[in-house]
Amino acid sequence: MEQKYVSYLENTGKWKGIMAWLTSTDHKRIALMYLFSIMVFFIVGGLLGEVMRTELFEPGQQFISAKTYNALFTVHGIIMIFMVVIPGLSAIFGNFFLPIMIGAKDVAFPRLNLFSWYIFMAGSLIAVYSLAARNGPPDTGWTFYAPYSTQSSSNVIPAITAAFVLGFSSILTGLNFIVTIHRMRAPGMTWFKMPLFPWSVYATAWIQVLATPIIGITLLMLIAERIFKIGFFDPALGGDPILYQHLFWTYSHPAVYIMILPAMGVITEIIPTFCQKKIFGYKAIALSSLAIAFVGYFVWGHHMFTSGMSNTAQWFFSFLTFIVAVPSAIKVFNWVATMYKGSISLTPPFLYALAFIFLFMIGGLTGLSLGALATNIYVHDTSYVVAHFHYIIFGGMGFAFFAAIHYWYPKMFGRMYNFRVANIAWLINFIGFNLLYFPQFVIGMEGMPRRYFDYLPQFTAGHQVSTIGGYILGVGLFIMIYNLFKGRKGPIAPANPWKGKTLEWQIPSPPPVENFEEIPVITHGPYDYE
Amino acid sequence: MSGKELHSDAEGAKLGMWIFIFTEILLFGGLFIVYSVMRSKYPLEFHGAATFLNAILGATNTVILLASSAAVAMSLTAIQKNDSKLAGRLVLITIACALIFLVNKYFEWGAKFHHGLYPGSDVMLELSRGYLLFFSLYFFMTGLHALHIIIGLTILVVVYFKIRSGEINQKRFVLLENGALYWHLVDLIWIFLFPLLYLIT
Amino acid sequence: MEEKEHKLFPYEGYGKILIILLLLTTVTISVTSIDLAWWSVVIALLIACVKGGIVIMYFMHLKFENTLLKVLVFGVIGLFAAVLIITFIDYLNR
Repeated sequence: MEQKYVSYLENTGKWKGIMAWLTSTDHKRIALMYLFSIMVFFIVGGLLGEVMRTELFEPGQQFISAKTYNALFTVHGIIMIFMVVIPGLSAIFGNFFLPIMIGAKDVAFPRLNLFSWYIFMAGSLIAVYSLAARNGPPDTGWTFYAPYSTQSSSNVIPAITAAFVLGFSSILTGLNFIVTIHRMRAPGMTWFKMPLFPWSVYATAWIQVLATPIIGITLLMLIAERIFKIGFFDPALGGDPILYQHLFWTYSHPAVYIMILPAMGVITEIIPTFCQKKIFGYKAIALSSLAIAFVGYFVWGHHMFTSGMSNTAQWFFSFLTFIVAVPSAIKVFNWVATMYKGSISLTPPFLYALAFIFLFMIGGLTGLSLGALATNIYVHDTSYVVAHFHYIIFGGMGFAFFAAIHYWYPKMFGRMYNFRVANIAWLINFIGFNLLYFPQFVIGMEGMPRRYFDYLPQFTAGHQVSTIGGYILGVGLFIMIYNLFKGRKGPIAPANPWKGKTLEWQIPSPPPVENFEEIPVITHGPYDYE
Repeated sequence: MSGKELHSDAEGAKLGMWIFIFTEILLFGGLFIVYSVMRSKYPLEFHGAATFLNAILGATNTVILLASSAAVAMSLTAIQKNDSKLAGRLVLITIACALIFLVNKYFEWGAKFHHGLYPGSDVMLELSRGYLLFFSLYFFMTGLHALHIIIGLTILVVVYFKIRSGEINQKRFVLLENGALYWHLVDLIWIFLFPLLYLIT
Repeated sequence: MEEKEHKLFPYEGYGKILIILLLLTTVTISVTSIDLAWWSVVIALLIACVKGGIVIMYFMHLKFENTLLKVLVFGVIGLFAAVLIITFIDYLNR
């Protein structure tokens, strides 16, 4: 029963054109729909960042008022967090490659998958509405802290509703992936023969499912507080603003692991391929993903050390924060050990993976100084924190995202992009990124507060370097994206350009509609380089 | 959720439903956290405010939900014994129980509204802090729960018609199983709501 | 479309479970009408946990499901309990 190869990019059903995509339950098409929408949101969020940086070039007001600045960082945060980095890697690469890498034809619930994308778009539209509607974009920070969020006259309710709806999309995607991994692995693929990107997607999916409902209910309570004055968080009504922070961070800390775990999974795939060597410490990496997901559930208070929590709680959260760093460090050791005596090729995906390790390390180490109580009090709410989380989220997850797109591009589109331009863009991105964020550590320690649109003159030099870095990064990103766009008309890529061993490289590029002519039977581990 | 796929997987669909139930447990869990914290801050006022609730109505609703859970559980045995008629009737009993619960809730809330006690009302806002918090929690928690009763009710109505049409039968009953699971969740939440709101007098 | 091979839970079985649940409800109401200070809450919650456990095990059929599902259900409940306890680490030590 030989099937003729039909690429998933060709329309074979009764629908044509865009409708063939909007009605498709093919996980690969859904992944691309997420890719294009998230890319647009990233560019918008990034432009908002550039506007902020431009305002911050000199002390004093340039062209943005204080209230507008508050709205800028709020909306920048909402877009980047809820519409880009939380869905990002899971919805795009998880959707595209999870089924293929475990030898399945699709996810467990394909129609639910498409529905999840629609929910994502609905939430995003509501977020856009909250920018434009009558009372102006929200200015509370993406963290919506009470009591300001219960009192601000801006469009808080639409923004919160958007986040709530987006949460549903995250939950349903996680649910889909968990059942897929439990039920649809190819015959012979035991848990410990599964590649490590699916492992990371699995751990992430559990966080999506178990943490998101908490912010769901918290946001609902916030809406009720605004409309009905129910009094949970507003001290004037007998409420407790710290309780809001507890509930908010009980989700939002695990959320950062939703961002970073799939990123680490991507790096764990790329390094063996470009060292042509088996990953070092497979089980340690697999189990450390689960450990991070689990322990990461109990550290949320480290966002609240100065809020008025009890001493005991501060001690508890600080201690656990140091513990959760251990499994992450284990991964870094294993990546480096994999490279040792490997046969290395410095391709764009590998360069981004190397950059990831460097930037993630800086982000992670500065996280430790934030996790220690004594130093936290000093740098909390300064731009030190801003630099820390951008190193982790952007330098970490963002660069892993760029690594992933450069790695899997030939598989997804059947074409290859220009290496030389990609490498140049990489260098510009790396330089721009560090110029943009490193000075923020320095001025943060010197006392520059975060979320301030104006500052004392002694911080000017740091801000100016940072703003210039931001423009350089913008140029690098533009070149990178343009190069990838041009690559769609580039040379035809072979099925396995990188000599990878995992299942996605054993099928044609682009993949056929149902991935496999015949479901493979797995007889060995996923990194069989010998 | 996987309905008509060529390769349908009942175990997978059930796992999916359980995962969804986990999300609901955590959703209501957030409210229980708020309740616990607020109660530890205002123990006497919660005590006093709870006396305004009708414990008899609450107990009646508890009995109704427990019976409804038993009914839908039995319907699963019935469908597996190929007794679709009995299965359908038991689901109808469950639906009837749900409707009675909602009617009770309507009267219970109606009585409160009659006294000017509803979220955002002047009467509410003039209550002392602990009382305001208790009644806010009462309306929010029972309201969210009632919303889930309505959702569960809708699911069971759909399930009933699919039993009638034969789409749910002795060989394929995962939709009934999952609908029943969702219903039991609704019962489970009430098992905790009842003592915490009505019985702390 | 294969269901698990297990003995069907009899109708009477569900009837018995219902009676147990109703009895426990009655106990809860009786206990909370006596003034035992904060013990009332503890007992009421403990009974609620027992009732909940019975609903999960028998009505929701978890007793007859595979180990994975059992581990997951009690894992999730444990996780929620941990979050609640940790939150009180803050509140009880202010």
